[in-house]
Amino acid sequence: MSRESKITEQHERSDAVQQLDRRQFLNEMAAACGAATPLLCAFVRLPATQADAYEPTEHYYGMGVDPAKCIGCGRCAAACKIENDVPAEPHFVNTWVERYVIRAGGDVEVDSPNAGIEGFSPLENEQGVLKTFFVPKLCNHCDEAPCVQVCPVGATFMTQDGVVLVDDQYCIGCRYCIQACPYGARYLHPEEHVAAKCTFCYHRLVEGLVPACVEVCPTEARVFGELEGLPTPLNRFIRFNTIQVLKPHLNTKPKVFYANLDGEVR
Amino acid sequence: MPEQVPRLLAVFLTASVALVIARSLLVPDTFGDIGHYRAAATDSVVAHQKKYAGHQECALCHGQIQEMRLAGNHRGVRCEVCHGPAANHVSNPLEVKPPAPQDREFCTLCHEYNASRPTGFPQIDPADHNPHVPCIACHEPHAPEPPGMPGDCSACHGQIARQKAVSHHSAVPCTTCHQTPDEHKVNPRSVRPSKPTERDFCGACHAQERLAGIPQIDLTAHNPAYLCWQCHYPHYPGTS
Repeated sequence: MSRESKITEQHERSDAVQQLDRRQFLNEMAAACGAATPLLCAFVRLPATQADAYEPTEHYYGMGVDPAKCIGCGRCAAACKIENDVPAEPHFVNTWVERYVIRAGGDVEVDSPNAGIEGFSPLENEQGVLKTFFVPKLCNHCDEAPCVQVCPVGATFMTQDGVVLVDDQYCIGCRYCIQACPYGARYLHPEEHVAAKCTFCYHRLVEGLVPACVEVCPTEARVFGELEGLPTPLNRFIRFNTIQVLKPHLNTKPKVFYANLDGEVR
Repeated sequence: MPEQVPRLLAVFLTASVALVIARSLLVPDTFGDIGHYRAAATDSVVAHQKKYAGHQECALCHGQIQEMRLAGNHRGVRCEVCHGPAANHVSNPLEVKPPAPQDREFCTLCHEYNASRPTGFPQIDPADHNPHVPCIACHEPHAPEPPGMPGDCSACHGQIARQKAVSHHSAVPCTTCHQTPDEHKVNPRSVRPSKPTERDFCGACHAQERLAGIPQIDLTAHNPAYLCWQCHYPHYPGTS
C-alpha cells in the first residue's frame, strides 16, 4: 500500500468519527460510564492487609474431638473465657462441655452447669444409668455456614483458612446469625452488642499456636490442625477413628469432627 | 432529537454518579477484596492479645520441669492447665508470677470420682482419700505416680465399697464372697476375683434357722434355677 492511499484511509476514518451523531455519542458515553463504575469503585478501595508472614491460603483448619478422652474438667471452657475476654456471666461461652446421662429406659439427660467451667459434681442418682460421658462443644466452623448465609451486611464470614469470624466493627447486632446457628454456638456480646463466637483463637493461629482450649486440654481430647494434606495429625485422627459430625442432615459441613460419637449427641 | 431524551439522560447520569458516590461512601474499605466481607476485619481479630503463652514458651526457661513432665503421667497436661495463663509472665518474668495451685479442690476438678469420666482415668473420692492432706504432699504434680499397690479393694472399687458400707452386708469383708488372687492387684483386668457359683454359698447364712435376724429362705423352694446374686444385688443397701 502506498503512502498516499494510507493517508486517504486515515481521512476516511476521521470522517467517520465526525459523522457520529449526538444520539450515538450519548449512547456510547452511557455505556462507557457503566463499564467504568466498577473500575472507579476499585480505585477508591485500599489494598487488603494481613498479618506479616502469615499466608491464610496455605492453611485450612479443623478440629477433632474425642469424647472418650474428655474428663469434664472444664479447663477448655475456662481458658477460652480468659483468652478471648468473654464476659464472665454464664451463657456467654464460645466453648462448653456437656454431660450426657443415658438411662436404661432410654431417657437422656444433658446438663452443662456454667458451661462446665467449675467442673461437674458427681451424679446424684447413679441407679439405672446405662452410660454417661462428656462431650466438648464449640462452633463447628461449618464450610456451608448458615450464619454466614443469613448475615445481611456481610459481617460474618469464613476466612481463606476456613475459620468463621465476626467483623465486630461492621456487625449491626441483628441476631439473625444467632437464630440461624443450629449448634447454639453464638451469642450477642452484652457490652459491645455485636454477635460473638469462637474464633478458633485466630490471633493464636497466625502466630503458629493452637487455640487456648486445645492448649489446656489435659487429656488431649481435642486435636487441632490442618485439614489439607494426608499426613496431618488431624487427618490421622479422622482416618483412624469412626467420625461423626453434629447434625449432618443439615448439610452445614462442620469442620469439628467427633470420634465414636454416641447417636444421642445432637 | 426530542427534548425529553437529553433530559432523561441527564437524570440517568446524575443517578449513576450519585450511586457511585454513595457506594464509595457506604461500602467500607477492603469490602469484597477476598469475599463478601471486609478483608481488614481479620486484622482486628488478629490484634487481640493472647493470654496463654503456650508450653513451648515455658520450656525456654523451665526446660528441666518440662522434661520431667514429658516423662511422667502428666505428659499431656501442659503448664498453663494448672498455672493459668502465663503470657504476662513471659513478657515480664520477674514481676508477674503465675500461681501454683495448692488446694485439693484444684486437683479434684479432674481426679474426683465422677461416673461420667472415662473408665481407667485415675479418680478418688476426696472425702475418703486422705481428707485435708494437700495432694502435692504425696504426689509430685509434674510427674505424679499412681499408688504402687492398692491397699484394699475400695482403692479401686470405691463405689461398691461405699454402697456396701451402708448395706446389710457392711460387716462382711469383700474377700468372704470374692476369692481374690494377689495377681489381681497387678493385672486387674486379666486376673479377676471370683463370684459365688453355688446357692449353698449364700445359704451358709441365709438357710440356717439358727441365725436370728438374718433373712432365711428354703433353698429348695426359692427359685432353685437361679444363683442368688442373679436376682439380689449383694452390695445394695436395700432389702431386695
